[in-house]
Parts: sequence; C-alpha cells; structure tokens
Amino acid sequence: MELIDQKTKTIMEGCKNRALAAGLDLPLDTLEYIVTNRDLIKLSPKVMIPTLYDYWVNDVEILKESGRYKLYPSNPYETVINTRPPISFYNDNNPDWLNIMIFYHVLAHIDFFRTNTLFANTWNDDFVGKALADKRLIESFRSKYGRWVDYVIEFARSIDNICAYFKELPKINLFPEQEPGKKLEYLINIFLPEVKKLNNIEILKYIDKYNYYCELNKETAENLFFADIINIFPEFDSYFEKYETIPDKNSDLLEFLNEYSPFLNRKENQWMKSILTIIRDTALYFAPQMRTKIMNEGWASYWHNELFLTDDRISTHETQYAKINAGVTSISRIGLNPYAIGLRLFEYIKDKADRGAFTLEYDRISDIDNRLNYNKNTGQGLNFIFKIKSHFSDFNFINTFVDQEFVDRYNLFVVGKRLDEDRNVIQYYIKSRKAEDYKQMLIDSMYHPPLIRVNIEKTTEDNLYLEHEFEGKQLYKPYIGDTLMGIEFLWGSQVSLETTEIRVEKTKEEKVGEQKKFIYDRVLYVMKDKKLSKTKL
Amino acid sequence: MENSEEPKISPEIQEIIEKEKRLSEVLRQTHDIVLNQNADGNLIVTGLYDLTDIELFLFFRQDNQTLKLQTLDELLERDKQREKDGFPRRIRLGKYIKPVKGNKEKIVVVPTTTEPKFYHDDTITEDEETTGGSGEGEEGEVIGEQKSQPQQGEGEGQGAGQGDSSDHDLIEDAFDLGKIITQKFHLPNLQPKGKKLSSTKLTYDLTDINRGFGQYLDKKSTIKKVVETNILLGRIKPGEEFNPEELIVNPKDQIFRILSPEKDFEAQAVVFFLRDYSGSMMGEPTEVVVTQHLFIYSWLMFQYQNQVSTRFIVHDTAAKEVPDFYTYYKSNVAGGTNVYPAYELVAQIIEKEQLYRENNIYVFHGTDGDDWEENGQKSIAAVRKMLTYINRMGITVAKNSWGSDDRKTIVEKYFEESGLLKEKSNLIRLDAFKASGVSEERIIEGIKKLCSEK
Repeated sequence: MELIDQKTKTIMEGCKNRALAAGLDLPLDTLEYIVTNRDLIKLSPKVMIPTLYDYWVNDVEILKESGRYKLYPSNPYETVINTRPPISFYNDNNPDWLNIMIFYHVLAHIDFFRTNTLFANTWNDDFVGKALADKRLIESFRSKYGRWVDYVIEFARSIDNICAYFKELPKINLFPEQEPGKKLEYLINIFLPEVKKLNNIEILKYIDKYNYYCELNKETAENLFFADIINIFPEFDSYFEKYETIPDKNSDLLEFLNEYSPFLNRKENQWMKSILTIIRDTALYFAPQMRTKIMNEGWASYWHNELFLTDDRISTHETQYAKINAGVTSISRIGLNPYAIGLRLFEYIKDKADRGAFTLEYDRISDIDNRLNYNKNTGQGLNFIFKIKSHFSDFNFINTFVDQEFVDRYNLFVVGKRLDEDRNVIQYYIKSRKAEDYKQMLIDSMYHPPLIRVNIEKTTEDNLYLEHEFEGKQLYKPYIGDTLMGIEFLWGSQVSLETTEIRVEKTKEEKVGEQKKFIYDRVLYVMKDKKLSKTKL
Repeated sequence: MENSEEPKISPEIQEIIEKEKRLSEVLRQTHDIVLNQNADGNLIVTGLYDLTDIELFLFFRQDNQTLKLQTLDELLERDKQREKDGFPRRIRLGKYIKPVKGNKEKIVVVPTTTEPKFYHDDTITEDEETTGGSGEGEEGEVIGEQKSQPQQGEGEGQGAGQGDSSDHDLIEDAFDLGKIITQKFHLPNLQPKGKKLSSTKLTYDLTDINRGFGQYLDKKSTIKKVVETNILLGRIKPGEEFNPEELIVNPKDQIFRILSPEKDFEAQAVVFFLRDYSGSMMGEPTEVVVTQHLFIYSWLMFQYQNQVSTRFIVHDTAAKEVPDFYTYYKSNVAGGTNVYPAYELVAQIIEKEQLYRENNIYVFHGTDGDDWEENGQKSIAAVRKMLTYINRMGITVAKNSWGSDDRKTIVEKYFEESGLLKEKSNLIRLDAFKASGVSEERIIEGIKKLCSEK
C-alpha cells in the first residue's frame, strides 16, 4: 500500500478541478493509495478501514477470500472510504485512462459522503483516526484480559446490526440551544399523546402556547409554560419524575446493556463497556452506507460518465471506456445492479425535472403522446438531482421515483423463479412489468434489520426481556440461539426473546396457484445457562 | 548491502555506512522502548528529547498499515479454546468450487465462519424468489433456465469433494486441504522412511507473453496493439475507412508467446486408493469413503510437499484401475463384491512397475465390509504379500445402516481371524463405523486410526 505517484496525482487533481467546476462538493485534500489485489482482500473484511480493530473473524475471512481469489481472480477497480480527508484505493495495474474514469467515480462518492444528510453523523470526525484509537484500546485490553476481549467483541457484534441508527440521526443537526429540554420533550412526545391521548391538533395548541411565551421572553418561557401545565395537569410532575427513572425505551440493545447490565456494571467488567461503545460507534458509522447504496453508486456512475466523456485527456480510449462503463452500469437481463438502477433513476429524474414534469399539470395528462412531448424546458434537472442526492435515502429514492414511466422506459420487469418439476430445471420468467411490483421487489431487497427492543416492564436483573417488533418476517431461526447466548453473557443472567414465527398451514390438497395460508405464533425463547428453550405464548 | 558485492567501497564510505547501521540499530531499539510497555505493564515515560519524528512516524506507519493476520494455526487454536470456555466452535471447512471445461470442477478448501445476528428470514412468506430484470418479453415468458439439482458433492461444508482429471488443480487444493486438516485435527506427522528425492524436473510450455520477439506470434493480440498504435498516431480515425496497408507496425506491437519453464515434481510416495463400488455401497458408505480418501490424499500431499502420485482402483467382483479421482469418485455399478481382485491388482502394479524400490507406498481401502469370499483366504494372501513392501495399509469399513452396530462384517471377521491386525499392527490398520450420519470429526478420527504411528 503506497501513495500514488506524482504523475497520477496530477491526473487526479485535473479531475478534481473539472468535478468542482461541475458543482460537486470536494475537499482540497484527498489521499489516494495504490493497492494490490491481495491488499484489497486483506482490507475488505475491515470494510476498507486500514486502522480498524483486529478481530479473528476478519482473519478467517481473509483466508477464505484468498482461497476464492485462486479460483476467481478479480480486479476491483477502486474503493473509497468516508474519512477526513477521504481516502481512496486504486488497483496497482490500472492504466491512466481507467484511473481518470475511476477518479471521477470516486469524486462523486466523496461528494455524496459529504452532502447526503444520512451521513451527517460522520461529518465531524475522521473515522480512520478514531478507529486507530479504538484499535489501540482494544489491543491494550487484549494484553490484560486475553481472549475474553474477543468474546466481548463477538457478542457485541452479534447485536450491532440492530443499533438505533435513525434515533441518533436527528440529534446531530441541532445546535445545543435548539435541543428541547428533557421535560419539554417528555411533555410533547410522550405525556400529551400517550398519557393524555391528545391528538396532534390539540398538542399543537400547547406548542403554540410555548412558542408564545418564548416570544415574550425566552428566559422565563419555560417556567411560565410549565406553571400553566401544572394547572391543567396537576399530576404532570410526578409522571415526569417517574419517567426519568425509567430507561429510554428507544435505546438500542447495545446502549441498554452498557447502561443497565448488572454484569457489565461490576467493577471488574467495566472495561467491556468501552468495547460495546466501540462496536456500536463502528456500526453506526457504516449504517448510512448500507442505506444509500443505490443512490451512492448511481450518483457516482452518473458523474463518471458525465465528466469522463467531456475530459479531453482521454481520447483514443473511448472504446475501452465504453466496455468497462457498460460492464459497470448495464442493467442485467436477470439480476439487480445498484449502479445501473441508481444511474437510470437519476437520469430519469433529471430528464423529468428538465421537462418540468414533476407537476400536477403533468400528472393530469392522460394522452401518451402529450406526455412524451411535454417539455417546459425548465433547465432545473441538474439542480433537482443535487437536492435529491442530499436529502434522500435509498428507500425514499425508490419509493418516490420508481413509477410506470420509469419501468417502461428502461424495459424493466420483475423476474420470478420457479421449479419445473417435470424437466427438473429452475425457470426464470417475466413475472410482472408493473411499476408497483418492481418497486416492491426493490424495497424487499433493501437492507432492513429487525427491530428488537428491551421490554422495560418485564425486565429484571435476572431476566432481560427482549421483544421483536414483527413486521411480517420472522427471525432467521438458526442464529437465534447463538445470538441470545452472547446477550446472556453480556447481561450476566437469563435472556428472553419474544418473537413471532410463521408456519404454513397444511391443506389437504395442494392446488396450483393457491395462496399459501400462514399461521403466526407468538413464541418466547429463553436462554439460560447457555441452554435455549422455546414456549408458545 | 554486502561488502562482497561492492568491492570498490572506500574506507570513508564504509565508515558512513557503518554509522548509519549503528544509528538505525539505536533507532530501532528506542522505537521498541518508546512504544512498548515494560514487563510490569507500565508505560515507560520518555524524556523530552527521546522522541524524534522518524521513529514516531515509522511507528504510526506500521501501526496503520501492517495487518496482524493470525495464522490458521492460531485461529484453530482459538477455536479449540472456545469449547473449553463453553462456547460453540465457529470455524468450519468450506470449499469453493468452480466448474471448468469438460464438466469438471476445481476446488479450493478454505476455513469459513459465520457471525450469528438477528436477521429477517423471508423464505417462508415469500411466494417465490424474485429479482430484477430488463429487456424484451411478455409477462409470463420464460427467459432463462438452470439445472435444478446441484451436482453431487457440490456445496459447502463436509461431504465428498470432487477431483479433477487435470492433476495440477487437485494437487494444489489437496495440499491446502491437507495443511488444514493436519492442523485442525492434529493428524500425526509422518516420518518418511524412504530416501528423499530432491526433484526439480522442468518442463517447458508456451505460456508466457512477450512483446517484440518470441516463438509464437499471438495474432489477435498483435492486431489489437497495431490498431491501438495507429489510432494514437491518428492513422485510423473513428468512423472513417482506412487502408490496412498504410498502417504503421511498431516492432513492439508484435505479441508473442514464449517458452517458460514449469516446475514438475517427482513423486516420493505412491498411494493406492481402493474402493468397493458395488451396489451395496450406494449412498452414504460411498460418500464417507470418498470423503475420507480425499482427506487422506490431501494430508499425504501436505506431508510429502506435493510429491505424491496416486493410483485409483475400483472393484466389484473384478478390479480395475481408473485414471483419476474424478472417475474414482463418480463410478458406480450395481454388482456383487469380491475384495481380493483389488488387492491382487495393487500387488501386481507395485511389482510390475517396481514401485517399491524408491517410494513410500500407502494403500487405503474403503468398503462396506461385504465380501462374497467369506473366508477371505485369497484376500489375506494378497495382503500378506503386499505387506512386505508397503508402508501402511488402512482399511475403512463404512457399515451400512441396515447392519446392527455390534455385528461384525465379513471383511472385519476374516481380518481379525487372520491375526494380521495384531501381528503387523505397524503396517495394517482397520477402522469400522456406521456410515450414516458420520461427522467430519469421525472421518478424521478414522484417518488418525489408520495412519498413526502407534
């Protein structure tokens, strides 16, 4: 792993200037490293963060990937990480023209990291530096506590995917003085809607009242306001006091364990909390990337194409570029490619905004020709996609913009997979060309971890009671036991998990085309002394 | 830099070099002191001028970039420790399989692990798997097909691996697999009795690519290069016709293939794999035997640093040699069983090719214990003859599920009656177990029994 040479850096700076001119938000400093394929194999289990803490699972992964590389040697072209300054890695055998294309791709990623709101929590520090500090801390724990450090890492990692990412997200954008007081937050968010069962309009009246006091005098507003509240709800204070002693029910499991686990709170186990925090922070750091894959890759593909083709330094390499670009961004006959879908959707949105077609007027046109020829020449397309890029996640992006026009324009469809028993082959067929189905298929394939929370009422020191909020999908059963075993270790005693399991109702005769009927069982898993039991509720 | 390579160094320069060496030695030492804790675990506090840019930056550079990869040894040691600590083991053997030409496959064996977490599972609720697609076609139209049954033996985890008629591939993997199973399951290391053959026979093949000169012109690559050059020179313009005769050919554009030496190893051990492929072996017994034989083969490959040659023999009532592991693994017939023809064939091959002169010879036989020759006279006679020149014979009896546990099979019986197992216990071993539901561990346990010194 070494920095790129001066010649390549010059090329890179040339790209950066062109990208800045095109409106991307880029820092002056970026770091580019040359890596070999083997380096990449070693880096990828660490999610490309060279300073991430060491962990044995990563080592197994490296041995495994090296084995795979023997059979399927591959040449990843680039990869970029969201750090300050941004660091990107390049394959050691890329020719110059390819580097230009890749640089543009990388620059668009950097712009995305810096401007998409989902990344807001990562804007203020450099993760490479933080990870290094974490890694050293873990190393120092290892020298003291040996393999138990790795068990704690393992068990913390086993629940790192259910971190409350969206709970953390809104916090960052507020200045400290904008942060509502705890009492006020409780009143508006919990007391009025949940205890007093008021509807939104009624709650708004209270907010208006508070704002009114604020306008009069900011200093005294809170006191006056709460004096009023006590007049109306004399019981409010006692409710609030009680609320303050109850753990936040929106905490994720890692937070909750760190705060309340009797085992971790023992003096000799305090060090484990630092590890839980490290694992949680790391998971939260990567959370936005998983939720913006389609947009991020689409955005980068859009810009590498735009900027590469207008770059005068690449003439004579157009055909080679076309081949690689096609490989990256072509929509497969069967299968999903986030680069391709993201790119098409950005192009589609830009075109539609350019034509001024995100309007009620346009929606009301039913004649196909009129729709196709509709063009207000607004010139706002580029501006529009810049805004989308900054404020949307994959879900919003797909859910808002995938419509029948988009699906028809790119000839998209949902592919179904069925078994032809007579001929013993799996058939892939065009299942649907409806936009709704296509959208649903995309949404179903998106990253969505289960929501598992602590039930505070049912939790005691001797029993941590977890509840899985059922969203139509059961938990993957083979992993439940092992995961609970880790949580039992971190809590120090019995752990229960309430979840829903699905069975298919057995009908006497199976008819073709008949919908399967499902039976939903609410069940309770209990992990005690590393033994798992299950009861029906 | 060594002195002998640079005889012209003047004494002054020499002095400077020595000084640099000493300096770097000192730097290296302070580096260790500065950045490590002392034996008590207390940080050593350095003075104001003890630290310099170089050592600090060197340290950070290393810390940033060196990946402290644990070896497989350490990983497996850790995995063993897990059991003692009361947690389930996590490392398993998996394999990557890649289909190659001629309906065969390449395998690479790797360690794998999983990280259990709470995940959604939509296999039940989902009517069928769906994905995206694009292009022409009506709804309902079939646009692609795939064979539904995976090839036998395919998939992750345990089970018989598939061999390959191209020896090279199997050898490479088998070596890795051997390394893994030797370490993971603490198989004994062999003490080779025979003389060691150092062997670096080279063969040559037209495999390397060279620009400008060589033995064999690669026309396609050359033309591509010529076109590229002429585009750069502006002699070919996009969208315009051009006359091929006017193109300029740079001598460097010619791309050749040239001979390159490839190492070829001579065998140091010969291993005979014998397998009953009669009807009764169908299913689990075959699976067990072949898996075990793949493991043994891999392990020997590791022990002898790849210098192993193999012979594969299958038998029902008659025995025949097959060319490769793939055929050995795949072959199936529905016939009766006689063991002795296989043993006789081995003896015959060894004698005819005089293999005993330079090789360690191993014979492994897998059977379900069935033999039509109930007293086993001919078999025992053939084995006695073999034992005079082989290093080890290992017989695996993978019993069929219909036999009871304690009932001995015919093969077991006549080997016991012959007294060979006790008399020549350093040369011949027999291991019998039920074939159904056998774990990877039990199979390896069997290898230990068959191959251990004591």
